[in-house]
Amino acid sequence: MNERPVEAQRAVTKVREGGARSGGELLSVRNLYLHFRTTRGVVQAVDNVSFSLREGRSTSVLGESGCGKTSLARAILRLLPRNVARYEGEILLDGVDTMKLSEEAFREQIRWRKLSMVSQAAMNALNPVLRVGFQIAEPLLIHDRLPKEKAYARVEEAARLVGLPVDFLQRYAFELSGGMRQRAILAMALVTNPRLIILDEPTSALDVLTQANIMNALKRIKNELGVSFILITHDVATSSDLADEVLIMYAGQLVEYSQAETGYRRPLHPYAQGLMASVPTLREDRSLAFIPGQPPSLLRPPTGCRFKDRCPKRFAKCEEEPPVFRVGERGELVKCWLYQETGERL
Amino acid sequence: MGRTLREIGRYPSAVFGVFIIGSLMGLAIYTVITIPYSRAIDLWRATNPAWTVNPRNAWPIWLDFFTPKKLPRTILADLGNAEVREEASGDRKKVELVVPVEFTYDDFPSEITLFLRTTGVASGTRVRYSAVWENPLGQRIELAANRSMRGSEDYYISQDPKLMAEFGVPGEYALFSDVTVRIPAAQRAALKGTYRLRIQADLPKEAQLGGQLVVYGRVHGWAGTDHQRRDLTVALMWGAPVALAFGLLAALGSVLSTFVLAGVGTWFGGWVDGLFQRLTEINMIIPMLPILIMIGQFYSRSLWLMLGVVIALSIFTGGMKTYRAMFLQAKEASYIEAARAYGAGNARLIFRYLLPKMIPVILPTLIMVIPGYVFLEAALSVIGLGDPLLPTWGKIISDARTADALYKGYYYWVIEPAIFLMLTGFGFAMVGYALDRVFNPKLRTL
Amino acid sequence: MLAVPRDGGTAMNNGALLSVKELCTWYELKKWGFFHAGYVRALENVSFGLQQGEALTVVGESGSGKTTLLKTILGLVPPTKGEIVFAGRKIAKPADIVALRRQVGYVQQDPYGALPSFMNVRRILLEPMVVNRVGSQAEREARIREVLEEVRLTPVDDFLYKFPHMLSGGQQQRVVIARSLVLQPKMIVADEPVSMLDASVRVEILQLMRRIQKDYDLAVIYITHDLSTVRYFSERVFIMYAGKLVEEADVRTIVHNPLHPYTQALLEAIPDPDPENARRMRNVPPGEPPSLVRPPSGCRFHPRCVHRMDELCPVQEPPAFYPEPNHRVECWLYRT
Repeated sequence: MNERPVEAQRAVTKVREGGARSGGELLSVRNLYLHFRTTRGVVQAVDNVSFSLREGRSTSVLGESGCGKTSLARAILRLLPRNVARYEGEILLDGVDTMKLSEEAFREQIRWRKLSMVSQAAMNALNPVLRVGFQIAEPLLIHDRLPKEKAYARVEEAARLVGLPVDFLQRYAFELSGGMRQRAILAMALVTNPRLIILDEPTSALDVLTQANIMNALKRIKNELGVSFILITHDVATSSDLADEVLIMYAGQLVEYSQAETGYRRPLHPYAQGLMASVPTLREDRSLAFIPGQPPSLLRPPTGCRFKDRCPKRFAKCEEEPPVFRVGERGELVKCWLYQETGERL
Repeated sequence: MGRTLREIGRYPSAVFGVFIIGSLMGLAIYTVITIPYSRAIDLWRATNPAWTVNPRNAWPIWLDFFTPKKLPRTILADLGNAEVREEASGDRKKVELVVPVEFTYDDFPSEITLFLRTTGVASGTRVRYSAVWENPLGQRIELAANRSMRGSEDYYISQDPKLMAEFGVPGEYALFSDVTVRIPAAQRAALKGTYRLRIQADLPKEAQLGGQLVVYGRVHGWAGTDHQRRDLTVALMWGAPVALAFGLLAALGSVLSTFVLAGVGTWFGGWVDGLFQRLTEINMIIPMLPILIMIGQFYSRSLWLMLGVVIALSIFTGGMKTYRAMFLQAKEASYIEAARAYGAGNARLIFRYLLPKMIPVILPTLIMVIPGYVFLEAALSVIGLGDPLLPTWGKIISDARTADALYKGYYYWVIEPAIFLMLTGFGFAMVGYALDRVFNPKLRTL
Repeated sequence: MLAVPRDGGTAMNNGALLSVKELCTWYELKKWGFFHAGYVRALENVSFGLQQGEALTVVGESGSGKTTLLKTILGLVPPTKGEIVFAGRKIAKPADIVALRRQVGYVQQDPYGALPSFMNVRRILLEPMVVNRVGSQAEREARIREVLEEVRLTPVDDFLYKFPHMLSGGQQQRVVIARSLVLQPKMIVADEPVSMLDASVRVEILQLMRRIQKDYDLAVIYITHDLSTVRYFSERVFIMYAGKLVEEADVRTIVHNPLHPYTQALLEAIPDPDPENARRMRNVPPGEPPSLVRPPSGCRFHPRCVHRMDELCPVQEPPAFYPEPNHRVECWLYRT
């Protein structure tokens, strides 16, 4: 620890500061919409989603494929395809309304500096002709114009955090295994000291043991640096490895946003209950349930509650679209009419 | 299938392309029905008598729409319809024919020829005749005075040196303007009104005088004519079935053979694949055009032989490599493994499982290579290796080139076949690209 | 579980539907296209037996040889050594493979890839019968309806003329299962049948497969990397690592009393959905599975093993030990 480069020490100090601020609001998303135009109509991939994330906390975004969870990440990161039909709402990151920034300003101030991303595909997108270490250092060398020694010191620190042996930095991407490449990507996302990292299915292509190792690395990063994470995955069990809160999406909408305790043990929304009940468990011996039917098409979603056709607790009120209610002392959010009595309507 | 059509309907360019292709197909079918193959070949012979009444190198009639002048059309004045006066004397008779010619155009005709024919005159005997031209002003020009002919005569009035000497301008100018004014041809104005040709002849009693006066126009038909008076409509129309047949057959033949052979080669791998790949590599460095030129020079220029050679030379080309790369991937698909697991044999796996998967990839290619072959056929014709008998678009351009059409200002001669070629190219390209987007949505830009 | 104690890996049971003896599958590596350059030892010395009506799960990570095992059994990959006996017939000649495939259904991982996109459901289900010349036209049509009902794709008429892309992932996997049942097989082999599906559908498919297995008294080999789904499907579990079958026991024993250090690590690595997970680190060994071209000498897990005995593990390959009845483990820790 004593031999650690100055730069890295600064990073750690910075973390402590960040840790002190823990509890402050880091990300606040209000009424976010992201719709896509396709040849068959408009896909309502993200439809009126609001939530907020506190400093140093991590949220797991869960949902079935096609529920809009990746689109949510893209909307926050502003990594948009060309066929956007509607992109509006408010995204406050560290007090800055990023939606009001120009593309240029967003790239300068937000992307990589405050917000970075790790995706499943990125693992295979490393440049095969550049050494891994250089690729990790690139944003520091080019963007920040740091001197080489300082940049590489930061890279080595990032590599240590993600569990990438330092001598691997001199290798090329094809010389690394999948797990090591994913760690390199993680180091790349980390090296610019962002406040928030969005992880999109970071481990789903990896082996079980490697996956556990990477989740360990993520926990270590979270604890040491106080970085916040948004983890997007379809794997409910793995998501619990990094969840302070859990955000459950269904058909483009947020249906529940709870503390992990509630989200995994006593979910509120009927869909969340169904989802949790369908997850096979290794140690616990319980019979599994499943949600009958299919999720609705995002092209023409049903009116009223989008889950109502599959919901075992459906009642007359469900024909109307439910608002989001704030429930209980922890302030869980749930978009369901069942909570109109007990919850506070937002 | 219905879905594909609906998807294609979303691209206006594709709809336009389909329209073009449909029109060309319609034209091709109409042509083949109305002008059968043998008749087309017969018609296109320069010596075909059907062309003698056509003007030489006349622009198409649509040129009229773009010029303020009303350009002269060809006027055929049949002597059989003329006003006839006969005076019999013994076994001979004097005949006078008066042929009225109504002329309402703003420019001079391109040529005037009098075709005189007699019937009932013993062969070898001569007939004497005189001809006088009378213009609307009442002025008379003597064309022939007591001239003798043997049964029939083609009197090329435009080229008559006597008229040239007398009036200082070619015959058609002299005949259709005020003869008292002596100014160069270019400054003259054609007189409108009724002209009369009077022919007097001394004939045996039972003989008849017939024939026609042809006042050649400056525009003719929808396509104009070439240097041999042939109506280009015939060649433009016949160009469509030839081009489509050549393009379609060449594309189908080469793309499908490449596709199937690539599939078979990839499936079996080993020496089969090796053989196909080596053949491709060798074939790819041999340029096609010189081979075609040699065959055209030394063996035959038949369109159908060329088609066969083009297909044969196109099988082992770049497509082989592209398809092989795709098949190598497709062959690993798990549905193929599943089919193998339930016992499907090689032939079934190749033809029912491997190839169908790739149809979306080759269909756009198939459509898009058609114009290439159409142009190849045209190019062969242009360099003089076209089918010697068939009228095609390339042949028109070839004729235009040898006749220095552009230098002489006969632009229509080149533009018309070029437009047909381009339309074919555009039509297939537009449909092909749209199909590519429909079948391979990754290319789709929204 | 069967009442008769099984003799573990040696698979000498008479009357076993499938028996696999000392099976090795190596893929040859070639240099410049034809020079021999070694082997990928994907499967090494695997033996087991499977009774009619018995379900068996093979658990392993990618590269553990579990898919190779399955492909070797199906005859899609030729075995290098060893013997496969199916329904009393030794699989040696191509004709044997044809006969075996006729009686074995195959369910693959990616349902969309497993279905030809250009055929409709009816055609897909018809194909195996056409290929094997089974039944008359009317019988075939009836069989198609029967299997679709079996996998609960009802009303059948709604699905017969659908193309795969019109179906959801779960429905596609049902078609794949239906196709594996069309020829009335004695055995089904399923390679990660639910790993590509959404959580809420996985269970449905697993339960469907379980029910079909019981109803038809089918032998099933279920291959997965996900131990947590195993208990919903079968009792007997094999754990594979780097081409070797390292542990075999029933699912309860594996979960509560794992013996092989690799199995222990695997169990440690697999999370259950639990908020507590976020507050603790998982104690998993670092490193990655070894190269199968030059696998480690002795026990293939020894470079990552926390209980390694340096004088034994890297030197000698561990044989099978039976520390308790019906619990087979290849690890020197349990030598007797």
